[in-house]
This record gives sequence, C-alpha cells and structure tokens, in this order.
Amino acid sequence: MGTLASFLRKYTRECILAPLFKLFEALLELFVPLVVASIVDDAIPQGDRGLIMQMVLILFALAAAGLIVSFTAQYFSAKAAACFARDAKKALFAHIQTFSLADCDRTGLATLINRMTGDMNQVQSGVNMTLRLLLRSPFVVFGAALMAFTVDVRAALIFVVAIPLLSLIVYVLLRISVPRFRTVQSHSDGLLAQTRENYKGARVIRAFSLQDREVASFTKANGKLLTSQLRAGRISVLTNPMTSFVVNTAIIAIIYYGGLRVDTGTLSQGSVVALFNYMSQILVELIKLASLIQTITKALASARRVEAVFDSTSSMAGGSVSEIDDSCDTAIEFRNVSFSYNDSSENVLTDISFSLRKGQTLGIIGATGSGKSTLAALIARLYDVKSGEVDIFGRDVRDYSLSFLHSNVTLALQKARLFKGTIRENMLLANPDAGQEDIMAALKDACAYDFVMQKGLDSPVEAGGRNFSGGQRQRLSIARSLVHGGRILILDDSFSALDYMTDSAVRTALAKRDLTKVIISQRTSSILNADKIILLENGCISAMGTHEELLATSSIYQDIYYTQFEKEEKADV
Amino acid sequence: MYKQTIKRCLSYLSNYRLEFFLSVMMAFIYVIASLYIPLLAGRAIDSLIGPGSVDFVSLSADAVRIFITAIVCFVSQYVLSRLNNRMTYRIARDVRNDAFRKIEVLPFSYLDSNRQGDIVSRIINDVEQLSDGLLLGFSQFFSASLTIIVTIYYLFSLDFIIALVVILVSPLSFLVAKFIASRTHRFFKSTAQMRSLQTDLTDEFITSSPEVICYNLQSACQDKFNSVNEKWADSSLKGTFYSSLVNPATRAVNSIVYACAALCGSFLVLAGRLTVGGLVSALSYANQYTKPFNEITGVVTELQNALVCASRVFALLDEKEIVDEGKEELPEGALSVEFRGVCFSYTPGQNLIRNFSLKIGKGQHVAIAGPTGAGKSTIINLLMRYYEIDEGDILIDGISIKDIKLSSLRRSFGSVLQDSFIKSASVKDNITMGRDFSDEEVIEACKKAHVHNMIMRLEDGYDTVLDDDEGLLSAGERQLIAIARCMIDLPDLLILDEATSNIDTRTEGLIQDSFNRMMEGRTSFVVAHRLSTIRNADVILVMKDGNIVEAGKHDELLKKNGFYSELYRSQFASVS
Repeated sequence: MGTLASFLRKYTRECILAPLFKLFEALLELFVPLVVASIVDDAIPQGDRGLIMQMVLILFALAAAGLIVSFTAQYFSAKAAACFARDAKKALFAHIQTFSLADCDRTGLATLINRMTGDMNQVQSGVNMTLRLLLRSPFVVFGAALMAFTVDVRAALIFVVAIPLLSLIVYVLLRISVPRFRTVQSHSDGLLAQTRENYKGARVIRAFSLQDREVASFTKANGKLLTSQLRAGRISVLTNPMTSFVVNTAIIAIIYYGGLRVDTGTLSQGSVVALFNYMSQILVELIKLASLIQTITKALASARRVEAVFDSTSSMAGGSVSEIDDSCDTAIEFRNVSFSYNDSSENVLTDISFSLRKGQTLGIIGATGSGKSTLAALIARLYDVKSGEVDIFGRDVRDYSLSFLHSNVTLALQKARLFKGTIRENMLLANPDAGQEDIMAALKDACAYDFVMQKGLDSPVEAGGRNFSGGQRQRLSIARSLVHGGRILILDDSFSALDYMTDSAVRTALAKRDLTKVIISQRTSSILNADKIILLENGCISAMGTHEELLATSSIYQDIYYTQFEKEEKADV
Repeated sequence: MYKQTIKRCLSYLSNYRLEFFLSVMMAFIYVIASLYIPLLAGRAIDSLIGPGSVDFVSLSADAVRIFITAIVCFVSQYVLSRLNNRMTYRIARDVRNDAFRKIEVLPFSYLDSNRQGDIVSRIINDVEQLSDGLLLGFSQFFSASLTIIVTIYYLFSLDFIIALVVILVSPLSFLVAKFIASRTHRFFKSTAQMRSLQTDLTDEFITSSPEVICYNLQSACQDKFNSVNEKWADSSLKGTFYSSLVNPATRAVNSIVYACAALCGSFLVLAGRLTVGGLVSALSYANQYTKPFNEITGVVTELQNALVCASRVFALLDEKEIVDEGKEELPEGALSVEFRGVCFSYTPGQNLIRNFSLKIGKGQHVAIAGPTGAGKSTIINLLMRYYEIDEGDILIDGISIKDIKLSSLRRSFGSVLQDSFIKSASVKDNITMGRDFSDEEVIEACKKAHVHNMIMRLEDGYDTVLDDDEGLLSAGERQLIAIARCMIDLPDLLILDEATSNIDTRTEGLIQDSFNRMMEGRTSFVVAHRLSTIRNADVILVMKDGNIVEAGKHDELLKKNGFYSELYRSQFASVS
C-alpha cells in the first residue's frame, strides 16, 4: 500500500486532527454520566432546583461543544479523503499515461477505467470512514479494558482474553474477505468492458440482431458478479454476529465469575455492574466498527487493485538524447528488424532492412495484414522491436527521449481519432504554440480548409470526432499532424477515405513542405512519385525500389498497379 | 424530491417480498433478543446480593438464558445480514440488467449524442453506489426503527410525562437532518456528474493512447483531467462534509433531548412522582432511544447519495426506447425497396432529406455517390432503421418499414459498415456473430474474404480472442473480418458502406468478385468509391451536404450536366 499511503502523507495534519477531534467528542460524551451523577447524588437529595438548572445548562453546553468539535472532525476527515483521492487520481492518470501501447493492450482499457473511478471511490470512502472511527473505536475498547483493571485485576483478565479474540476474528475475516472483494471488482471490470463495447458497437450488434444474446451474456456476467458479491458478503457479515457473541459470552463470564467472587466477599455488586457496563460499551463500539470494517474491506480490496496499476511500470523506457545530429544524412534506417506483438505469436515483421535519406519520401504498399502499419508504428517507437534496430538520424530510437522523438517523428494514424472539443482545440493540442496562420496553412494543405471554414474553426468536435465523416476526420488528422510539426511525417493510410482528387491535392501540398515522409497507402497513385517504395508481403520486404524499378521487376507490384491502373484508364474514357 | 426514485426502488424490491418479510422478521427477533440481554444481565446481577448469599441457582439459570439469547442474537443477526445482502445485490443486479438492456433498445439519436463514459458510469458506478446505500438502509433502518418502538414502550411504562417530553423533542433531529440533506443534494448531484465526466475523459484519453503518445499530449490530457478532477474533489469534499454534519447535528439534538429528560425527570423526582432509580432508567432509555435516530439520520445521508445515483440510472431507464411494433416478417429472396415522400433530419428544423421518392425493383443495384462528408451513410441509417424517418415511408417488398419486425428487417440486410466493429470474442465468434455456422463455413467465408491466411498467423488461429480496443488488427484487417461476417450468409438485401476503403486494391479486386457474385439477383445499396460499381448501378443517388440532389442512371446524370457530372469529372476522370 506504499504508493497510496504516500498520498495520504500530504494530509498528515488532517489525518491526525480528524480522529483527535473525534476523540474529544467521545471524551465530552463521557462527562455526561458525571453530570447526571451529580444531579442524582447532590441536587435531588438537597432539593436544590438551582443546581439542577445549572447541571442541565452544563448538559446543553456539552451538547454545543460536542457539535462544534465533531463538525471540525468531519471537516478534516472529508478534506483528507477528498484531497487524497484527488491527488491519487491525478497521479494514477499520469502514471497510466506513461504506459506504452503494449502495456495498455496487455492490461485492458476497461479495468484501467474502473480502477480510476470505481475503485478509487471505494478507497476514498474507506479513508473517510477510517479517519472518523479508527481512533475512536480502539480508544473506547482499550479505555474500557483499562477501566476494568482499575475495578478488579483478576476479573479484568476476562477482558484480556476477549479483546485479542475479537481482534483475531476481525483480522481473520478481513484476510478472507479482502481477496473475495477483489474478485468482485474484477467481475465488475468485465461488466464495464461489455457495457462499453455494446455502446460502441451498437450498430453492428443491431445489424446482426445480437441484442438478446448480448443481454443474455451480460445477465450471465452480472449473475457472476452477484455470486461473487454474496460469496464475499457471506464472510464479511460474520464480523458483527461473531464479535457480539464473544462479548455476550464474556458478559456471562463476568457475571458468573463475579458471582463467585461476590459470594466469597472479595468483590462488590457495584463492581460487577461497572465491569458489565464496560463490556457493554465495548459491544456498542464494535457494532459501529463492524460497518466500518465492511467499508475498509472493500477499500482495501480496491486499494490493492489501484496499487497494482502503480506498481506496473512502463515497459518502455525513453532515452536521454534530445537533439538531432544535423550532419547525419540518413533520416530513417531499419537494420534487420523483426517484430511480434507478443513473444509467443508469429512475427508480424521479419528481417526488415532499408534506409531513407533526409527529405526523401518512402512509399509502403502491400496487402492488408502485410505489416505496413506495424512498420510505421516502429518508426515512431509505439512498440519496441523484437530484434534488430531502428535508427532515426543515425541514432537508435531507443536513445531518444520519448517526447523528443515524438515531437520529431509525427505519425498520422490510420484510424484517426479526434478529441472532444473544438477543431481549434484539436489543432492546438498537437502544438500549443501554433499560431492562427500555422493552423490555417495546415488546414489548407490537408484540404480541410473549406469544410472547416463552413462550420468555423471553433465548431464542436464530438468524442472520437464522430460528427465528421471518415474522409473529414482523415483530413483533420493530417492537418493536426502538420500543426504538430516534426521532421519526419508518417501518413498511415491517411488518404483511404479521400477521393483521388483530394488525395493528389494533399500530396502536392505536402511536397512543398520540408519533410521526410513515409506514405503508407493502398493506392499506387499515392506513392508513385516516392523516392523509394517498399512492397511488403507477409511481413517481409518483397521488393524495394522506385516505381519504375518495381514495375519492371516485381510481378506482385505489377499486379497491384495494373488492377488500379486499369481502373483509372477506364475512368478516362 | 426523491418520491419517484424511492417508488422505483421499491418496485424493484417487490420481487423480493419474501426476503424482505424475512428480513423484517429477523430484525425484529434480533432487536428483541439484543435488548433482552441487558435485562437478563440486570436480573443476574440482582442475584449477587452479597457475601455468602449469592443465589447461584437463579444466577446459573440466567447465565444459561443469556447464552441462549446470545445464540439467537448471533443467528438472527447473521441471517438478517445475509438476507439484506441478497436483497440489495439482487436489486442492483436487476437494475443493472435493465440498464444494460436499455443500451440495446435506445435509438441512435440518443446513443450518438451522449457520452459513452457517462452511460458506462451510470451502469457501473451509480448502480454500485445505489446498492451500497440500499444495503446500509436495510441493515440499519428497520432494526433502528424497531429499537425506537421497543424503547418507547419501556419509557411509557416508566412515566407518562417524561415519555412525552422525549417523544415530542426528538423529531427535531429529523427536521435538522432534512434541512441539511436538502442542501447536500446538489453536491451529491454534481459529484456524480463530475465522476461520470471523469470516467468519460479517462475513457477518451486511454482509448486514444496512440494519439496521446504520438502527439505528446500527455501533459495536455493531464491538464484537462486535473481541471475536472479539481471540480470533482471540490464537490466531493462539500458533499461528504455537509452530509457528515447530519450525524453530529442530530446527536446534538439528542443531547438536548437527554438534557430535557434530565430536567423534567429531576423535577418529577422532587415532586415525588418518580424514584431516583426510575430517573436513572428513564435517562438510560432516553439515551438508547436517541441512538437509533442517529443511525437513521446517518443512513439518510447515505441513502440520499444512493438516490441521486439511482435517479441517474432511472433517467437512463426512462429514455424513450425504440418501439418495435412491426409484426411482418420479410420473405426470403430478392426484395424491392421504395422510398415514398421521405423526409428526415438529425436535428429538428434542419431538414436534410426532403420529400424523397424512389422505387427500386427486385435485384436492382443502387449506388450512393457524393463527395466526402455528403452524408451518404444517412440512407443506410434509414434503411437499417437506425434512425426513424420524420415523414413519408420506406416500403420493403411493399411493406412499410414500421410494420416489419426489426429483427426480420435487419436479418434481411447483409451489411458491411464503415466502422468495422470487433467484439471481444474469438475470431470465429466475430464471424458467426451468433448465427449457426460450422467451422468449415467460417473458414470458407474467410477464404472468400481473403482473410484466412491472416487469421492463421494469429496466436490461436480462429480461436484467438480479439478486442475492439487492441492494436492487434489494422483497420484493413478489421474490415476483412467484417466482410467475412457478411459473406458467410447470403442476405436478401446488401449494404456496403465503403466496405473496402481500408483494403489494398489487389485484395479488394478479388473481394469485389465475390461481392459481385453475391449481388447477383439481390437488391443492393453500395456507398461507392469505385467507378465500376457506379457505372453498372441501376440507380445512382447523388448526395451533397446531406441532401439527395440527383438520382438516376449514370448516362442520364451525365447528360443532365449537373452536380453528378461535375463530381464524376473531378473524382474519377482526372487521375493520371
């Protein structure tokens, strides 16, 4: 629990003051019997009405003081809990952001989201409740035991047996139920994942009339959650009955043992009454504690899950280099690069070697699934190579600091996702220093200027950019990558939803910019003018060269070209 | 303020009447037993008269009684808690099932205009909070109320006046609780809202992690998150603090009750109406009597939070559903489609499609053309009845689309949609999509879609579990899977919405052959970016800015020299 606890340390003051004021409150409550005693013992026998009034006024004063003290306690505990949760969430979010894509794939998005929200809620209320009751309950329990010793040492031994037994019960039950509550949370992850999926895939799910099936499978998973909740609950609800039973048994012991001692004249009846009262006080406090323990159990289970996220560090460490060797003429170089998404699966790329000079354009073409996007991802170091080396400006990508690398290698992704906000915000996100002219120029070059201007630069973008068509999203994504800047621009099939005219217009505009470009495309027309074209086939380089060279040597390239060229010829009729 | 919400919660409870009844009974037994123990203990202590005169017979008898009562206490409390767990967790399950089912029946006008994270937060987090609140309510509310009733009985048996004083003053604590609660409500509400906004942001940023990494957006995302986080922490702090005032406030009221009882009791003693012992008992009962009030008001704030969350879930449940009033089943075989005076708009007042009419014969091919962003998918939204038309009618095989069972309508369409959604399930399940096909048929379809080799390269072949969020598949590969999904079955109507936009042209050419064979004799709608599809289409719908501006055959439209011919020239004719 190291990391989470460290967030609480910042609120040490609150964490001490809250229980302390709670303690004050308990102390104030202890005065009440004394006041009543003085009414009964002094005021009433003397018939002193003035004294009665005085004592009652003291009772009122105690009530008022208790109110103020506990308000203060509640404030400190609420503050500590809320601020702790805020800091922890902030750090958790920052930590998740250091994860590489491989880390995210491995962990799963749903569980990350759930840990950030659901689990953190549980931890927060755990902290809040703990601060309110944690100090008070042991104080009352041990205080009562201590008082028992002042009454009678031998009888107090019953307390010495009962209290460790009570602690043991609480501890054992906690040990059993915490893992069970963790299972509950992981079932809840599953439900979250399915809910997200059904929201996202609603069109396809309905197209195949899968609603009933989905509902059935959700119901099943939900049923499993229920079973796990009941399984966890079965143990944790034992706390209260078991501790009460122990206390009640102790009460019997006190009375019976007291009876023996009273009979021999070594203990008074009044002392037995006092011992009984102290044991009863413990009981009342334990009942309060029981509901706290439920909350704590859940909170601990959730805290462990949050800790697990903090504990898993990014599998990708950035280097320290943050400058580019301008004398190096080679922009990109792959040396015998092989890659697979996980160790056990087959290679997605095998033994890729090529180099590209500064300012040149590389075209990558190949069948769907031949590894084009993976190659692009490796240049931007979204994933690390399995073997071999990727060099950017003469240096291994792993030597550069990640943020420096990404500000110099810009990847416009195949499935362009825009952020909720406005178009301007989306552009500025990519480069906060971009001026109006930069944005306008980028929009123009990406052929997005016209439709953006129709709506305005400040028109809203919905989450994922779903209020734009695929082609518009792609153009906005290209514009965004231009605003971002950088020396190497990788366009991962960024023209697929554009018509040929727009495609060619964008490329012409891009040619005017001083960039080393990697263009991945299905269309030969998009890469025709590239300085070098790589034809990928099942993760290997099948052919490499200029358009003319490939056309002359590679039968697959010919195939690709002529299927499209034929089509284009027809169009010219 | 919460009446409706409470009613809804109770209606969920009505399925568990037996548990509820048992729970109340158990609470009753538990309260009686737990209040009986002090009484027995008192009696037992009375047996300890003094040295040499302890009545061991009655002491032993009372000890045994206490032990038996303690066992009754243990059993009843455990059963009570188990029952309460069962009720609340089941109610939460029921609410969650209903909320999830809702996603499947909400119109796209709702789904498309709401935030995913918000809905997810309602179904996961809010239901969780609701069940926490209910659990607390059940476990404390009844036992507390019963304790009050039992102590009132004892109080009256002691003295009439003192009982009245206690009863009259204590409702004050409810007033105080209500006063604070009504002010806390908005903080609970804003906390829940902020929480769902946070879920939404986390969802958006984590889903977009490739963008975040590529564009160094970490600090920008963090800033955005922080600002929501601050707001959330602020309202959470206020909500927790104000709601936690209820308990001390009612406790203060209780202390006042206690003081009043002491005052009144003392004077009664002086007046000779009450003994000192009676006063001590009365005061201890006054004390006991007020404790459950504390618990109840404490629970009230928890319940309040639960109710705020519940009302968010119920608001989702109350959203208007799609009504599937259709009863007609579409026959098998080629079907005709007719648009009759169709009007449609996504937002009221902004008419997109106005009074559009068109007859499409059996087996005819419709191409939908238009520049990027012209709203070509709108027609598909209407045909699949993802959106309801505002006016007019769409007739399929002469039957109004509203009279056709939704499942029958959608079964008749084979579709490859623009966004190739991948379920988190095995490759095989992603292709059968719940339909009954053998492994051979799946492989056959994948071969036709030219995705078989790619699948065989995956870790577990056809059993590899895919995930929509994962980076394992490229857009093209996803699209191929969507195509295999469509090709495995021969539907009567075919919709291809830029079905091959992410696929390399060589594969596309091969797939197109399969599509062409599929389309033979079937009515089809193709959002086209290929010239050949357009030229061979029986009707071309030309769209611009969301409207259908022209409709006709290729040659007719060219002759018209309108938008289509302009589009045709710019889009297809000048690639060289």
